Amino acid sequence: MVLLEVKDVHFSYDGKPVLKGVSLQVSGGEILGLIGPNGAGKSTLIKLIAGILAPQEGAIEILGRPLKSWRRQDLAKVVALVPQGAYIPPTFTVWESVLLGRTPYLHFPGIASKKDIEAVQRAMEWAEVGHLQDKFVGELSGGERQRVILARALAQEPKVLLLDEPTAHLDIHHQVSTLKLIQGLARAEGLAVLAVLHDLNLASSFSDRIALLVEGKVLAQGSPEEVIVADRLHRAYGSGILVMSRPDNSTRPIVLPDLRIS
Amino acid sequence: MLSVRVTLRRRRWLSLAVAVLLLLAVSLIATSWGAAGIPASAVARILLGQGEYPATWQTILFQIRIPRIILGGIVGMTLAVAGAVYQAIFRNPLADPYLLGVSSGASFGAALAIYFVWRFSWGGLNAVSLAAFGGAMLATAAIYSLGRVGGKAPITTLILAGVAIGALLSSATTFFMFTAREAFHTINLLGWLMGSLALADWARIKTIAPYVAIAFGVIAYYSHILNVLQLDEEQAMALGVEVERVKLLIIASASLATAAAVSVSGVIGFVGIIIPHMVRLIWGSDYRFLLPMSAILGGLCLILADGLIRLLFAPRELPIGVVTAFLGAPFFLYLLRRYKKEVFYF
Repeated sequence: MVLLEVKDVHFSYDGKPVLKGVSLQVSGGEILGLIGPNGAGKSTLIKLIAGILAPQEGAIEILGRPLKSWRRQDLAKVVALVPQGAYIPPTFTVWESVLLGRTPYLHFPGIASKKDIEAVQRAMEWAEVGHLQDKFVGELSGGERQRVILARALAQEPKVLLLDEPTAHLDIHHQVSTLKLIQGLARAEGLAVLAVLHDLNLASSFSDRIALLVEGKVLAQGSPEEVIVADRLHRAYGSGILVMSRPDNSTRPIVLPDLRIS
Repeated sequence: MLSVRVTLRRRRWLSLAVAVLLLLAVSLIATSWGAAGIPASAVARILLGQGEYPATWQTILFQIRIPRIILGGIVGMTLAVAGAVYQAIFRNPLADPYLLGVSSGASFGAALAIYFVWRFSWGGLNAVSLAAFGGAMLATAAIYSLGRVGGKAPITTLILAGVAIGALLSSATTFFMFTAREAFHTINLLGWLMGSLALADWARIKTIAPYVAIAFGVIAYYSHILNVLQLDEEQAMALGVEVERVKLLIIASASLATAAAVSVSGVIGFVGIIIPHMVRLIWGSDYRFLLPMSAILGGLCLILADGLIRLLFAPRELPIGVVTAFLGAPFFLYLLRRYKKEVFYF
């Protein structure tokens, strides 16, 4: 079932066009990787879907309903965002930070019900930060902090999960474990995941489908082996990229810098 | 691990209970501090309704000291809570209740009233208080509308509009101070600018209490939202908060309460900026706890400072800001060194 649909969306900042007719769909249980060079409009698209910005043209539908018709509070119960380099005050504890994800559910004056507490516990276990719950955020490593933000998004109990560079600043182990966790959640909970990923190999390895965004337009959309092909990447990123097949029989391509081209 | 969280929570509740008891104790003890040498034992018996004492002692106690202590408590609570609110909304450790022109507006209003010897009064407030209140609210409204850009009020433009309007109003206030016809006008204005609770009485308390109560109600209602607003505004929106609407409502409430407090006490610095940081350093940033704790400690701080003024310097009325800063600053520096947490944002 399609949970997120973006139809011919146009958006410009101060008259400068950023998105020029973007369309895509994400179904429950599916991860759509969003790749593209810097400035292609990936983060802008994520902000439009999260309701932070409003498109000038085109439509976005969440669970089949136009985004405009959602109250912001209700939208936050179905769409969760893990923003790029998100800031959390260092003097919040991990538990308090994850509880922020329950904001759309909490009643006056922010007292957590049993259901809220269970959702927070579950989200902390998924993101493997349960053992850190009483630490202050200022005491955590970058990777732990990123997982706290992920746990906060999961505490929203969303149907659509938007990730903007969820693995930035993580080492390879945490990159892989974070994306595996997201993949497992997408499958188990039927989440529709739209993830901006700069690392093409991670995008290729963990996306069910990939959309390649270039200068505000979707240049290609499809399975990793359909999108990660040399001539497409050269058109998007310029030359200097080598596309190869993996040594482990997977059909998902891998990408290397091409050292022959200066 | 669950037990650790319970421990943190229990530690907070225990601290809050101790702070409330301390506030009550200091308030009681402060009734015996003052220029008129009434012995503490007599104060205690008058409070309990026992014994025969001169009527003047009763008057001093019930019409001067007790209102002064209560007003000090209200003003201290207001400044600490408003400071905490502004620090969250502006995500700026230097934010204090006066960031959006409350002090410069109030000072300008007071300067006008003193310079032109205005004589009107209402609800137990004299012209200086009323002009200060009006000036504070007008300045905040002006800053908020000037700081708006395309239907939004970004925190940076708000702060900068506040700096500009503040400078404008301060220069006018200084002008009035230097050109006053009578020397005592200048002294009055100077005294007002530095804050004092010497004019406390029941009428003033009754007049400002409703404003403070309404503002505290709104702020308490949004205490969890203030946690969310400490993130950036995009994250707050993604968590379902109508940022612009809530921001306006909270800023209006905090400014209203501060304007009411400042109108009767003058500009008292330090409390609004330091108390919330102190609570944050020791107990963390959860505003569902930080707000009540800041209120209690803010009230305590001002009652104690004003009490010391009456105890040590009577009958001279030292500006209260002198004591809050002189004793508070070293204590805060001690906390800053001891807890060394990364409190400051950015």
